[in-house]
Amino acid sequence: MKALVFKRKPGKYVAAGIAGRLSAGKGAAVGPLSLRDVDEPELPTDEWVRLRPRLAGICGSDLATIDGHSSRYFEPIVSFPFTPGHEVVGDLDDGTRAVLIPVLSCVTRGIDPVCPACAAGRTNRCGRIAYGHLEPGLQTGFCADTGGGWSGELVAHPSQLLAVPDTLTDEQAVMVEPTACAVHAARAVLGGGTGDAPSTIALLGSGTLGLLTLAALRAEGSDAHVVATGKYPHQKALATSLGATQVASPGELGRVVRRLTGAWLFDDASPHRGQLSDGVDVVVDCVGSEASLTQALEVVAPGGRIVVVGMPGHTSLDLTGLWHRETSIAGCYAYTRDDFEAALALVAAADLGRLVSATYPLARYEQAIEHAANAGARGAVKVAFDLRKKDRR
Amino acid sequence: MPRPGFVLDVDKSTPPVLFHHGEGFRLEKLPADRSRVIYPGEPLEPLDDVNAAIQEALLNPVGDSQPLPSLLTPGMKLTIAFDDVSLPLPPMKRPDIRQRVIEAVLDMAAAAGVDDVHLIAALALHRRMTEDELRHAVGDRVYDAFAPHGALYNHDAEDPDNLAFLGTTKHGEEVEINKRAAESDLLVYVNINIVSMDGGHKSTATGLASYRSIKHHHNVHTMQHSKSFMDRHSSELHHSNWRMGKVIKDAGVKVFQIETTINNDTFGQEGAMSVLAKREWEWSAKDRVAFVGMQQGLKRLSSSTRRKIFQSHRAPYGVTSVTAGEIEAVHEITLQHCFDQHLVEVEGQTDILTMGLPYICPYNVNSIMNPILVMCLGLGYFFNMYRGKPLVREGGVLIMTHPTPWEFHPVHHPSYIDFFEQVLSETTDPKVIEATYEQQFAEDEWYRHLYRTSYAYHGVHPFYMWYWGSHALQHLGRVIIVGGDVRAVKRLGFKSASTLQDAFEMAEDVVGPRPTITHLKNPPIVMADVK
Repeated sequence: MKALVFKRKPGKYVAAGIAGRLSAGKGAAVGPLSLRDVDEPELPTDEWVRLRPRLAGICGSDLATIDGHSSRYFEPIVSFPFTPGHEVVGDLDDGTRAVLIPVLSCVTRGIDPVCPACAAGRTNRCGRIAYGHLEPGLQTGFCADTGGGWSGELVAHPSQLLAVPDTLTDEQAVMVEPTACAVHAARAVLGGGTGDAPSTIALLGSGTLGLLTLAALRAEGSDAHVVATGKYPHQKALATSLGATQVASPGELGRVVRRLTGAWLFDDASPHRGQLSDGVDVVVDCVGSEASLTQALEVVAPGGRIVVVGMPGHTSLDLTGLWHRETSIAGCYAYTRDDFEAALALVAAADLGRLVSATYPLARYEQAIEHAANAGARGAVKVAFDLRKKDRR
Repeated sequence: MPRPGFVLDVDKSTPPVLFHHGEGFRLEKLPADRSRVIYPGEPLEPLDDVNAAIQEALLNPVGDSQPLPSLLTPGMKLTIAFDDVSLPLPPMKRPDIRQRVIEAVLDMAAAAGVDDVHLIAALALHRRMTEDELRHAVGDRVYDAFAPHGALYNHDAEDPDNLAFLGTTKHGEEVEINKRAAESDLLVYVNINIVSMDGGHKSTATGLASYRSIKHHHNVHTMQHSKSFMDRHSSELHHSNWRMGKVIKDAGVKVFQIETTINNDTFGQEGAMSVLAKREWEWSAKDRVAFVGMQQGLKRLSSSTRRKIFQSHRAPYGVTSVTAGEIEAVHEITLQHCFDQHLVEVEGQTDILTMGLPYICPYNVNSIMNPILVMCLGLGYFFNMYRGKPLVREGGVLIMTHPTPWEFHPVHHPSYIDFFEQVLSETTDPKVIEATYEQQFAEDEWYRHLYRTSYAYHGVHPFYMWYWGSHALQHLGRVIIVGGDVRAVKRLGFKSASTLQDAFEMAEDVVGPRPTITHLKNPPIVMADVK
């Protein structure tokens, strides 16, 4: 079968990093990713089943890997060669469709007893992702044994599958995985009912994750004043339709937050920018870049929280304000099965399949990656591989 | 004998007409046989002896008023309020007429043994004047005698300890003005009536008032019912101020009003700018060379350098009248002087009104003409330069030339930036803007702080700019800006055109083929008396 395969080739990885810095998405052409004929992955145990992807999305973490700028943090928790693709809706042997829950937790690895995190249902925090009968891999799509969504076939443990109702289109179904991330983020933002719900939220980034998090915040019952940042007109329009109270360009956010919160500035000489005396209760960073994290620190209220949903990497930040204003930063990774179930309902209710802007066959993967890496500028949101026709696989 | 303003019917021999374009100019050919140009009158003869005229006015006031010396007594509390940096435009060459009048008043006060004197810049919700600007307005001698002792300062419309509530009009309008002015034995107001909108009861009822008071007439309803606000008898803005004036008077505030008018000598008779005041067909070869040289020179400069050059221009206006005494009697005489200079009789309305917007308006002296001010100057001030009915018919098109840069003065206009980014990106409807956003901006503590301690316009001020244009917005079928920043023009809710000819074609979509065109050639100031 055809599969996109990512091999451990340090030289090519460096080349991808250079190409990716020059032009987003260009790492696909020169890096360690290539389209190959490979054998179908073996079933690790009898429990496992085969899943033939119908649509497989391209995620920001995939792009970071392909463009050679993901962190070395991942080295011990991925295994090569792997086939990327963890946003997957596919066909099972019984003819039904399922969405993949890609986290490779204790149960999938045959580890018994399971780790404390898995025992608590927090499989996203599993402490055994490099152990058991599978090669290391935090998720399907980063593990040498399971295959990935960017191929004709992968293998999945039954605990990784969520049945797709007939009423859901493939486009909606492929959005379930990123939507589960968003639901998880929204629940983290809203404190799971344990704290005061924020009344003001700044949501940075109106890419896929940002837009879905907006939808999830509203679905989870937030009535906060949410200011979203968006660079492009289609992002702004979608952010508004998915629940943003206000949408601003990134450069305008400081002034919007100042006005929203009645903050003062500590620099009279430049009264339209500068350090705010106050800020929003929570910043949800759906970008994860140095610039977005810096901005998050600028607009969060003293004592406020920053929830990092977009995958960050190496960054350099001035944390003086974090210390002085007693701000906290928390990461927010992936999801639990509960989040997935909520996401399944949300994609239907909010018709999130409309965020799938373009699909490509595997053979055109370089263009697909480039499109996804420049989605905002090209008027797109989610780009996916379409494997529904045999000749596309 | 200066020639009055007049209406030129454009024919094939008419040379291209000068349009102001911010810190630059355009020469535009208007279609023959269906275009006309309204030219301002030449500068009226100024007073031969301004100081003598001031003495005459103070000693022989009009209306129910005693001569100033008889109102001055030892031990009394005297306050002199004066118009702020928004007048005149551009600023006048020294000595400013305010200085001359204030010096005369102070001489009389000193002679009468009055030693409790305060001078207050009546800036309402405008930005505070800087020391240089105050020195320019009142002169160094007055500044040095009063400012160091805290007796010369800017009005603060947000200082609760220094505002006095005087009552409510029969329309429910609250009247709250500067406490020192209200509690003085005599308030002398020194004005410059550059256009007919200025002066009268508006001087005190607006210039020395608080937001609580000003909001009763600076609102969409009032502005849409001021047709126009340059014609006080048809202006709801003025009716409201006149009602407030009565409350002020009934509260016992004694006002001695001194109003002055200036002529149209904006650009001088000599120097590079003098060509701007001439009629194009009368340009000499020297004028043409000077104009081309100026155009070429300006093109080579950065926008900030151009701005600096234009903002440093000081106009050699001549003073045409000084009138003192009771407010309403004074103002009627002042208005006549304004109309003598500005009014031009115009027959009928037009399909398309064109105007070239200059580099300055009342709110960007020593500052930047941001897009909101472009809107206000065009749709507020220039559109309303009429008496009778608007120059352009209802549903007609307004075409303005101005670069309309997406640029703001960060110190002077902080709330404008937010208004432009956060309000106009949502809606340009004045009523929606007023209902949804005004209070938030007006009560924003940060804007309040900047207004009171820095040099920022009040948080609500950009709203007033938008309301100023609300009558025009209601009246017009389309607004087109030629040569403007496309993004900024779009944010204003207007259409962009690269050339005037393109704009005419776009306008025809609204008003039909072969429309009539009228160009209001302003500045120098001209006001149409539309029959």
